[in-house]
Amino acid sequence: MVTTTAQSLRDLVADVPDPEIPVLTIEDLGILRDVRSTPDGGIEVDITPTYSGCPAMDAIRDDITQRLVDAGHERIRVRLILAPAWTTGWISDDGRRKLAEFGIAPPSGAAPHRSGPVTLTLSVRCPRCGSPDTRELSRFGSTACKALWRCNQCREPFDHFKAL
Amino acid sequence: MSSSETAVDTRVGQYALRLGDDALVLAQRTGEWIAMAPELEEDLALGNLALDLLGQARSLLTYAGQADGSGRSEDDLAYFRDEREFRNCQLVELANGNFGATMARLFVFASYQYELYSRLVDSADQTLAAIAAKALKEVAYHRDHTGAWVIRLGDGTEESHLRMQAGLDAIWPYVRELFESDDLVTELAAAGIAVDPADLDGPTLTHVRAVLHEATLDEPEAASHHSGGRRGIHTEQMGYLLAELQHLARSHPGAQW
Repeated sequence: MVTTTAQSLRDLVADVPDPEIPVLTIEDLGILRDVRSTPDGGIEVDITPTYSGCPAMDAIRDDITQRLVDAGHERIRVRLILAPAWTTGWISDDGRRKLAEFGIAPPSGAAPHRSGPVTLTLSVRCPRCGSPDTRELSRFGSTACKALWRCNQCREPFDHFKAL
Repeated sequence: MSSSETAVDTRVGQYALRLGDDALVLAQRTGEWIAMAPELEEDLALGNLALDLLGQARSLLTYAGQADGSGRSEDDLAYFRDEREFRNCQLVELANGNFGATMARLFVFASYQYELYSRLVDSADQTLAAIAAKALKEVAYHRDHTGAWVIRLGDGTEESHLRMQAGLDAIWPYVRELFESDDLVTELAAAGIAVDPADLDGPTLTHVRAVLHEATLDEPEAASHHSGGRRGIHTEQMGYLLAELQHLARSHPGAQW
């Protein structure tokens, strides 16, 4: 068994990539909530899903376990926690920058249920040419967390990470 | 969620089972649209919507198996119960029908789930409250998206209006069951754990009516109302749905991807 501080434990797993958006780590996304050692010499990791049905969680759980096993740890328990519910507000500034560079417009504005009877959508900037002249093609995109948009300026379609 | 700390309360288990079965059965139905939707974007939308519901079902059924003390897993509950043991409302099991009928059902159900979860977030049961807080954000998108289709089709062409109205008429006799109370939910609601479905009638229909009005659709008048899902009584279409859902797990027990 290996003795390590909580921060170095966190560092071990923090850069596990999201399997669907590999430029982002689970730390960037705010999926990684806590890493701690347990009295029996094991390690507990808390992760939270972006969406209830996010199919990436199983892969992320396996990747975290593998990282810790490779570093010589044992008795690893990855817990899926639901409260408090994940929000796009937890995506780090670094994560937002990486999303935009990857061609996915980062989340903006409030989730629809927080607005009044009229749903207002803030302008989403095209991650390719930077134009704010864009429109939503579909509220649901290639994964649960994204919507499909198109730029009216450069005509390219792009993914937008939905505010949640 | 951790299983060890869950207190056994069979009533909470039964309640979670109802909510979980609603989500599971509607996820299965909605998934039937994958590769069949009228446009690619809608194919993705319905697939995502079904996936959200499936995620909710997994959380709720996992909790149901812990809370009722049976130790059954989400898979045990989804694959190895027979029709009469399912506690979903009949609305979610109905065959999809055409796209208009599909949107009518999804819209009404999302409107109901929105009101349900926005109250369940305050449940004295912390697991139910956490599942609800997560699901509420998802169903807000479902309600918006399906509502937009109801308006687009209802206030569209003469033909789309007719079909949207027919779809709405077809599902309407199954809507009232959503708001039925019984001893279980009344007791749990009094304890601050459940939401009494009777309290959801007004707010759900207020939203539905506002959208129907904008869609130039008439609220149907059902001559009779169907009920019984919460007691395990289902429509003929339920058996076929379960056959498709369960056949693989039952034919090849323990099979893994």
